[in-house]
Amino acid sequence: MINTLRSLAVWLDDRLHLTALYSSTAGHEVPKSAGSWFYVFGSATLLCFIIQVITGACLAFVYIPSTNEAWTSLQYLNHVQFWGWYLRAVHYWGSNFMVAIMTLHMIQVFLFGAYKYPRELTWVSGIFLLLTTLVMAFTGQVMRFDQDAYWGLTIGASITGRVPIIGAQLVHLLLAGPIIAGETLSRFFTLHVFIIPGLIIAIVSMHLRLVLTKGINEYPKPGKPVRKATYDAEYADIIRKEGVPFVPHAIGKDLIFAALVIIGILGAAFVFGPKGPGGPPNPTLVDTNPRPDFYFLSIFAALALLPDWMEVLILFVAPAVCITLLLALPFISPTGEKSALRRPVAVLSVIFVMLVISVLTYMGETSPWSPVMSAWSGDPIPEKFVRNRTPLELRGALVFQNKQCRNCHSLGGLGGQRGPALDEVATRLTKDELVRQVIQGGGNMPAYGKKLSPAEVEALVSFMATLHSTAPVKPSSTPQNSLPRDVAAVHVPTALLRAR
Amino acid sequence: MSDLKEPAKQELPQGNGSRRDWLFAAGVALNVIAGAALAVPLIGFIFSSFAEKKDPRDWISLGALDHFPEKTTRIATYRNPYTRPWDGQTADIPCWVRRVSGKEFQVFAINCTHLGCPVRWFQESGLFLCPCHGGAYLEDGSRAAGPPPRGLFQYAYKVEKDQLWVKGGQMPTLSNPV
Repeated sequence: MINTLRSLAVWLDDRLHLTALYSSTAGHEVPKSAGSWFYVFGSATLLCFIIQVITGACLAFVYIPSTNEAWTSLQYLNHVQFWGWYLRAVHYWGSNFMVAIMTLHMIQVFLFGAYKYPRELTWVSGIFLLLTTLVMAFTGQVMRFDQDAYWGLTIGASITGRVPIIGAQLVHLLLAGPIIAGETLSRFFTLHVFIIPGLIIAIVSMHLRLVLTKGINEYPKPGKPVRKATYDAEYADIIRKEGVPFVPHAIGKDLIFAALVIIGILGAAFVFGPKGPGGPPNPTLVDTNPRPDFYFLSIFAALALLPDWMEVLILFVAPAVCITLLLALPFISPTGEKSALRRPVAVLSVIFVMLVISVLTYMGETSPWSPVMSAWSGDPIPEKFVRNRTPLELRGALVFQNKQCRNCHSLGGLGGQRGPALDEVATRLTKDELVRQVIQGGGNMPAYGKKLSPAEVEALVSFMATLHSTAPVKPSSTPQNSLPRDVAAVHVPTALLRAR
Repeated sequence: MSDLKEPAKQELPQGNGSRRDWLFAAGVALNVIAGAALAVPLIGFIFSSFAEKKDPRDWISLGALDHFPEKTTRIATYRNPYTRPWDGQTADIPCWVRRVSGKEFQVFAINCTHLGCPVRWFQESGLFLCPCHGGAYLEDGSRAAGPPPRGLFQYAYKVEKDQLWVKGGQMPTLSNPV
């Protein structure tokens, strides 16, 4: 019996060359030092991709890539299809994990100098994997065809429309038409499901082949720089002296981390569930607040915070420069120290880039620059700002709310943060300055001169003049307040009012 | 070429290399031609936007004039003329209509000129505000504050048969204002 099985195994191996395949791939020798916890991120990224392919294929059994039906089919997946909500959640959290772990992999490879000679093209192919994964993230956000997806597409088209000369044609190419319509979603579906995954599989194959042919980076030792003349011999020496087969001697930590990643994705999916879909993709519902998924929040934030003239730089020049720098990195510094302990600039640049992206992402999440559209009608005025006020000042408080000032200016921490909080405005501006600011605007505030009557301006400014914490709150009975007022009481800006 | 062909004919039985060279070259050439024949329609299909010359826009009615009282700004919706049977509600495009006086209108695209988000009209303060990056426009559509590089996009309009018509069907962008 055993002999029969053995001869069957020998026959299969003779026909399929399995032993040869195994020893040249899974069983290939790697430096013992590569069996490190720092080396687990690459295989985990691949694992995430495989999970995405499997769950994505399952979702595609039900999903309908039609502008009219997509949203309904997502609702069906969430609420009717057996385990539909969970697979959507796994696909969503799988994508988050994939981007996060891929980032860790990239940082590790950078800090360990693994991009240096002779692994330049492994790094270059990795950069293309980063870019294709980001395209997957954007197109995947469009698959969740809700309000955010619709307006995300609009934002994408508006950015594309800024390309000089061929902008209009590129918008048409992106949207598969002059406007978001029938073929737009089909186009993004094709990219998300066929073209980009196909590209990723092709580039991953190259990436893995290079890992096999050029070897995996040995754990760098400080003071042992890479030299083109000697490195290949040194690496061969390492493999000869302390080489171990990847399976089973170096894969242990990868396996443990892989299981943790799967458990992490499944757990996050179970606890937090799928994302959306949000409101239906009906453009006439203008009461919406479009936000991209977190991968793109940093760009979204940069576009709000940087001065106008920098926008073309941020949208087109900066990405081109970043990608070129990343692609050129192994050719700029192909040799030298690998260890992060001897490369302070490399460590600092990672910290700097991560800080910038994190801060921008946080700001994108909170969006303090966006007006709070409902603050004027929804947020109460704190009691201390209306207690013991004159009728004129109270009328000013009403003007303040009715004219939507609150959408951009907060009181008591509620309201927009587009403009400064006004809790203490009376300590910063005099009455005349307040009148001028209201009427003429400036510093990114629109002019309200045409939209407020002189009486409204006066009431508003009287109210704002009470906005300071130090003032004793007293029943107002100063002579000025008790007099019947007209615009002339506010003398300097009268000319401004008349000029209008 | 004749140098290549002559020996090939003579020494055919021995499987001369030059005949194989000729076959290889011919095979490559044929495939280049066949590949080009395949590539032309594929590339043309994918990049048809660069060949498209037809104006996708058309006149659409926004409804009777008395839907738009003078000196007010109201939202109106039209069915996108560039549409497909499976578009559903995605083809309902909103716009802001301001009736200045009589037959004088301004019809603004919903899209902020900064990045295309939907601007909202606030009657009381007379401003359009954008929820994305806080762009603000005055009631005549001119830029008031924030990052927008220009005022709101305006549709071409006409008044006919007591109705207001606009020319829609294209997403307004900086390179292609409506």
